[in-house]
Amino acid sequence: MGKTIAQKIFDAHEVDRPDADVRVLSLDRVFCHEITTPIAINDLVAKQCDRVFDTSKIKAVIDHVSPAKDGKTAIQGKTLRDWVRRHDIKDFFDIGDNGVCHAIFPEKGFVRPGYTIIMGDSHTCTHGAFGAFAAGVGTTDLEVGILKGVCAFHDPKTIRVNVNGALRPGVFAKDVILTIIKELTVNGATGKVIEFHGSVIDNMGMDERMTLCNMAIEAGGTSGICEPDMVTVDYLWPYIQEEFSSKEAALAEYRKFTADADAEYDRVVDINGAEIEPVATFNYKPDQVKPVREFAGTKVDQVYIGSCTNGRLEDLRVAAQVLKGKHIAPGVRAIVSPATPKIFRDALAEGIIAIFMDAGFCVTNPTCGACLGMSNGVLAPGEVCASTTNRNFNGRMGKGGMVHLMSPATAAATAIAGTIVNSPLFSEK
Amino acid sequence: MKNFNGKILFLDRSDINTDEIIPARYLTESTKEALKPYCLEDLSLPGFDPKRDVANKCAIVTRANFGCGSSREHAPWVLEYNDINLVLAENFARIFRQNMYNCGMLAIELTADELEDIFSTFSGAEAEVETDLEKCIVRISGSGKVKEYSFTLGEFDRALVEAGGWVAYADKKY
Repeated sequence: MGKTIAQKIFDAHEVDRPDADVRVLSLDRVFCHEITTPIAINDLVAKQCDRVFDTSKIKAVIDHVSPAKDGKTAIQGKTLRDWVRRHDIKDFFDIGDNGVCHAIFPEKGFVRPGYTIIMGDSHTCTHGAFGAFAAGVGTTDLEVGILKGVCAFHDPKTIRVNVNGALRPGVFAKDVILTIIKELTVNGATGKVIEFHGSVIDNMGMDERMTLCNMAIEAGGTSGICEPDMVTVDYLWPYIQEEFSSKEAALAEYRKFTADADAEYDRVVDINGAEIEPVATFNYKPDQVKPVREFAGTKVDQVYIGSCTNGRLEDLRVAAQVLKGKHIAPGVRAIVSPATPKIFRDALAEGIIAIFMDAGFCVTNPTCGACLGMSNGVLAPGEVCASTTNRNFNGRMGKGGMVHLMSPATAAATAIAGTIVNSPLFSEK
Repeated sequence: MKNFNGKILFLDRSDINTDEIIPARYLTESTKEALKPYCLEDLSLPGFDPKRDVANKCAIVTRANFGCGSSREHAPWVLEYNDINLVLAENFARIFRQNMYNCGMLAIELTADELEDIFSTFSGAEAEVETDLEKCIVRISGSGKVKEYSFTLGEFDRALVEAGGWVAYADKKY
């Protein structure tokens, strides 16, 4: 019997089997941010085991509340900062260099096909876009990861999602993943890996693949995974050219982590890409998804473009295409948060930031803040936000607020209209 | 080992997420103790009042996919610091479930039919649970009735509960 991508990665990293179904894996990366890591650090200090398993495999960033908004978040930042200095962890991104974790770590070349990655953040599944097994974990798993470089997982059952055909113009990765979550439901992939295949995925760039894998957790998935291909190698090339004689050699190495033709799947889902249309969420669960055209007249108070889901350059380019020469509707406030300093600089150089500002957007520094209602765009009770983020849970962006998840194109069009509408990039025909 | 016996809090809904168990606005706390007053503060469930209903409970009985959403271990911690160390559900989000066992707490899966039986027999009045880890049985009593439900507990999960969590377990082994 053949193997799935996750099974191959598990086989290459197994250090123990404490149970018939459970495997303890060695870790290639432990990513850390300032919200979930400090309690692990404090616990290690209290237990007198303030050590790290490998400083080169640990990467850290301050991103959730940046710059600190109050005394408590200042302490969280300081705890992480002091720890990084104490252990001489080189790859640390503090204010000025910092970006949203799931955007900045891939951008720095830290993610490779076949890697095992954990982070105290549920959207760690994003990094599966590179053919890695990347999973969000709690603070205790993170603590053991930091100390021992291992983490325990149940054997990875996998759901294979094939998206074939071709997407219509104006339909984006966000529409694809929301359509998939609607099909799977919020509990449909619980504890399982979602492998994405098909011509639609093959034609996606890395930014779009990250959008796709980012929301695997919203169907309960442990990790989303795309097969590594030449798109992956092209993205990584600046970081791996010393290791390989050619891109073809890199690809040959990474193709070890592709699924076998006779791999065993828990479930196979086939979706026709040509039938996907722009969608958005309603109500409080990410599987409550319907076509944008069914939202006619739904007014919004705020539009937010950013986050680990849709704050990358490709997202800002698409939004700017819709916004160019236009202005946001009266009564609407709009925020764009480029996910990393590099994305910010590139967007400046391409004139994208000017388009956002001319349209009336507030441009913030890279941070997760608004997505989870911590800072930089919190909603008041009764307010409605059109958002490119990943969760529409009750109170997510502020107590009593309503969040509609959508693509950057739809969010930009909604900012101009003041109500949730399709972007002109999409034509119903 | 933690205490798994005592009064039950019934939460009759599926897909209760971690933002409902502990909203992100409290993730700025640097100690687990500080989370205690905010348990289930944003839960949307008609008739539920966190100020009134959480106190003096030791277990939660709920439906499917409990703890979905964020990876925040603050969710099991806020339960732990309110003396709730046991959750009975049809299934759990992976990260939440692992976090429970990593803290030496119990996330026990029962079938939808068994949970329906528990809700229809016991909810709406005071009920208690008694957990027998040897026999893998939960005994629920209330309104003059007593019923038993068996569950399975994996070898690794049991070892974590007995060790008091993953840090203690891993420290000995790896």
